[in-house]
Amino acid sequence: MSGTRQHRAKPQDPAVAEAAHRRELLREMLRIRRFEERCVELYSAAKIRGFLHLYIGEEAVAVGTCRALTPDDSIVATYREHGHALARGVGMDSLMAEMYAKVTGCSRGRGGSMHIFDTERRFYGGNAIVGGGLPLAVGMALADKMRGIDRVTACFFGDGAVAEGEFHECMNLAALWDLPILFCCENNRYAMGTALERAQVETDLAARAGSYHMVSWAVDGMDVIAVEQAARRAAEAVRVGGGPHFLELRTYRFRAHSMYDPDRYRDKAEIERWKERDPIVTLTAQLKQDGDLTDHDLEVFEKEITAEIAHAIDTADAADTEPVEDLTKFVYSPRQT
Amino acid sequence: MAEFLMPSLGADMDSGTLLEWLIKPGDEVHKGDIVAVVDTAKAAVEVECFESGVFGSILVEPGTTVPVGTPLAVITPGPAAAPEAPAMPAPALAAGPPPPAPAAGPPAPSPAPPKVPATPPIRHLARQLGVDISKLHGTGPDGTVTHADVEAAAAAMRRRPRVSPFARRLAAELGVDLTAVSGTGTDGAVRADDVRRAAATAKAPPAEVAPGPAERPAAPPAAVIPQPSVRPEAGAEADQAAERQAAMRRAIGNLMARSKREIPHYYLSTTIDLETITQWLRRRNRELPVPSRIVPAALLLKAAALAAREVPQMNGFWLDDHFVPAGHVHLGVAISLRDAGMVAPAIHEADTLTIADLMARLRDLVTRARTGRLRGSEMTDPTITVTNLGDRGVETVFGVIYPPQVALAGFGKVTSAPYAGDGLLGVRSQVTATLAADHRASDGYTGARYLEAISRLLQKPEEL
Amino acid sequence: MNASTATSGTRKTVQGTRSHQAHDSADTGAKPVSYREAMRAALREALIKDDRVFIMGEDIGRYGGCYAVTLGLLEEFGPERIRDTPLSESAFVGTGIGAALAGMRPIVEIMTVNFSLLALDQIMNNAATMLHMSGGQLNVPLVIRMTTGAGRQVAAQHSHSLEGWYAHIPGLRIVAPATIEDARGMLWTALQDPDPVLIFEHALLYNASGPLSPDAGPVDIDTAAIRRPGTDVSLITYGGTLPKTLAAADELAADGIAAEVVDLRTLRPLDDATILASVRRTHRAVIVDEGWRSGSLSAEVSARITEQAFYDLDAPVERVCTAEVPIPYAWQLEEAALPQPATIAAAARKAVG
Repeated sequence: MSGTRQHRAKPQDPAVAEAAHRRELLREMLRIRRFEERCVELYSAAKIRGFLHLYIGEEAVAVGTCRALTPDDSIVATYREHGHALARGVGMDSLMAEMYAKVTGCSRGRGGSMHIFDTERRFYGGNAIVGGGLPLAVGMALADKMRGIDRVTACFFGDGAVAEGEFHECMNLAALWDLPILFCCENNRYAMGTALERAQVETDLAARAGSYHMVSWAVDGMDVIAVEQAARRAAEAVRVGGGPHFLELRTYRFRAHSMYDPDRYRDKAEIERWKERDPIVTLTAQLKQDGDLTDHDLEVFEKEITAEIAHAIDTADAADTEPVEDLTKFVYSPRQT
Repeated sequence: MAEFLMPSLGADMDSGTLLEWLIKPGDEVHKGDIVAVVDTAKAAVEVECFESGVFGSILVEPGTTVPVGTPLAVITPGPAAAPEAPAMPAPALAAGPPPPAPAAGPPAPSPAPPKVPATPPIRHLARQLGVDISKLHGTGPDGTVTHADVEAAAAAMRRRPRVSPFARRLAAELGVDLTAVSGTGTDGAVRADDVRRAAATAKAPPAEVAPGPAERPAAPPAAVIPQPSVRPEAGAEADQAAERQAAMRRAIGNLMARSKREIPHYYLSTTIDLETITQWLRRRNRELPVPSRIVPAALLLKAAALAAREVPQMNGFWLDDHFVPAGHVHLGVAISLRDAGMVAPAIHEADTLTIADLMARLRDLVTRARTGRLRGSEMTDPTITVTNLGDRGVETVFGVIYPPQVALAGFGKVTSAPYAGDGLLGVRSQVTATLAADHRASDGYTGARYLEAISRLLQKPEEL
Repeated sequence: MNASTATSGTRKTVQGTRSHQAHDSADTGAKPVSYREAMRAALREALIKDDRVFIMGEDIGRYGGCYAVTLGLLEEFGPERIRDTPLSESAFVGTGIGAALAGMRPIVEIMTVNFSLLALDQIMNNAATMLHMSGGQLNVPLVIRMTTGAGRQVAAQHSHSLEGWYAHIPGLRIVAPATIEDARGMLWTALQDPDPVLIFEHALLYNASGPLSPDAGPVDIDTAAIRRPGTDVSLITYGGTLPKTLAAADELAADGIAAEVVDLRTLRPLDDATILASVRRTHRAVIVDEGWRSGSLSAEVSARITEQAFYDLDAPVERVCTAEVPIPYAWQLEEAALPQPATIAAAARKAVG
């Protein structure tokens, strides 16, 4: 089955061992977790509409990888991108307002949960077509290369995208042209309702990447330290011209595919097993064990996060919607003449 | 061999333009059949022939102006029989000699035997209206197709006239009556060219063939590179309308000048109490549906007609230095036309008609006068004329007699005025009646008797 | 596989490739140039004037371009800027989008519109929508060139005319250069546009040749053009059917019908003003469209004429489109399926009445 050795964190690594840093990682994951949990309530109250795809359980992936990126790097993500947006620094107010369909949202309320765009943070969505973002990321990396700019384009996608022809086209093209792109495959084992084993004859996705002559690693996606370490090493390699790299981040979503999904295709026992590896729970335990985290610290985190979320909700509630007269704006750019 | 001559359709008419033939050489005609349309510069008039027989060669082509009395065609007199044998497939020429070759007429002089019995004018009408006569069931004697049958069929077609949007707009601009235009588009749809053709035909100046589709004057429209195949613009048609108006005014002018020159006019005027009439009308009209309601004008006309019978010196013609009284009262009614001209056709035997009939005849006359479809007899037969300018707001009208008539009665506006009578002061309806009369045929005393008769008759509406 | 180059032998005299110019080139200094050469000159100009421009597509480099449009460019500008791609339409079109997002000015060549279907998701869901979806943050200044059309017996999967489909999508600009001047001039203007522009080049036009002024430059991509003024009927068309429509106009002129020929040039947005002004002058319209009739661009133009010039119409709007069949290989069947000068003239005569 698994032919690839899983990359494991080295505790002596100074960049990640430092307690404060680890507390920060925990806080970030918690922030995402609480935000997503709140979204469940808001969606049920019909404040958030359309489709909502929650990141609960996968926080370590977004937090760990975003730590490896500089503000100058670019990110292309999927419709399950709240975690990536928050980790990247997209304002929570902006994010919440977007889901509330308000004009103060990052996309003026036109995109919603699946289409978060923030050019200042170099965050390019938010893509609802599975695999649809990969060519964009390849293009951005190509542009950087042609212009001689040393930076990384991080492209997030799921195990489902691996089935799309586009994935293979992009892997091939990126490797052929030696592009500065970091492919981050978030393998949560299910493409909506279809388990990986039922979709792919070869389920070792890191190994698949190898067939494109790409350096690829499989990473424990439930361990934020491991994720950060792997991401740093991969990103650095890409940044200095090492060509495209591939990370298979093995993770799991604790909730259904989306708010509509009754989650009939998963064994409850399996979910419980993975919950035991909850990245927040495990890191909390680890930090406490190491004496680097107190209950008081946690309380403070929770309080701050709750306040931040409440503020985001209040601001979103009070904000305006985009006037209907502006409907046809931004279909085409205004004419120069 | 008889001749069909250019008729005189008015005292002022010296010549006329043959506009169209309604029958072809070889057609059987009967006395009274309408056979041609003649333009008198005041109106287009349908003309009947006075012989029965077979229509022979045509001597004058449409568009030609000839003096009154010119032979237009030849008729071979035949028996004044009933209309053609119904529904027989026998050749149509069994009755008469083979027709001579026409000058430039329609091709086969022996047309295919008519499947449906109908006189030539009816067939012509059907052709004009785009009605397929072979599909009609005649309601006339022996299954003959009548005028009404054709009109009904045309009306059925007309109920949903197919007209292109541009043609409709053009028709409105050019003042063309779409119901009278036959279309050359798909399924008989009226196209812009059809409208233009109709407009040109209606306003064709005399002695000039109306422009057909083959002719394209080279006047370029604005802002487009000139092409040889440009259609005539509305400007050309407006010129033709103006010319026509001018011709009409000339004709009227000539007549009026002659009248004033030759006839010593005298004028009388009287005010007639119309209160009784007004009340009577109000009561009567309340019971009638709107289209059947009686207008005061009808009563005035009837009174004028009855009075003419009472005072026969007002009803007749001054011919060859003496007065010829007329046998009937054919009341001429002055009708204004849209382009500011005027005609005064006759309501025949107006003194014998009921008010309802008089109303109907009046309406019919006005419509046909305004669409240019008056008959020759209507133009020549008036024995006395009435002019009514009341609806123009004029109170008193002093008219000019139409020679060879000897009198013209005039009515002004029906007004409410203070009235002193029977020692009382009140407000009553009244109208001013005038008489212009030929002093050669009558004197003031006779004229006054005429007006007095009208006044008396108008006090007894139920006897009108 | 992909179609072989059209420069190698096609069957007999191909309809619609004859030039419709007849000027004496000596006077103006204009030398005869082919549509292909004009497009190549436009590409060269863009590559020279703007460093951000590069071309991506299948066989545009070493092969010299399926229709030889990019012939010689690889040698002149090098492999960085003239990039042969693998057969990955979705990936390289999306790559073009990403590169445009990131500040480049890519020109993506999709070999034919037939293969563009593989990239339709990127074109519609990314290129066309990003500006609106991001609330105005992301412009996609991408140019995509595609060869289109039928008439070369290359059968059903290689003969589509899908300009009308693409013209349906808000967020895209669609142009169809039908003349040498437009082949030369539309590209630069398209590159200046901050929004995605799709340029459709009819395969039968590449060999068309005509005079082109040496200082021919950029042309607008906003307006339709009256290629032949007339008074009796408006023949409205675009792209590859322009020569056939002009030929039909010649035929009609011999019968005394002066047809006006309108070249749409831009299919999205349509230049309503020019179209309607023409129909208001002539009162009759025939739309010639190589797409299949139902739901075609001609239906859109016809609807607009009815909406805005109803009271000027003297006849129903006629359409001459491709028969609703997959394009057959056999020449007589293909010819019967496509609009031809004879069918265009017949429709015009029907409208004129």
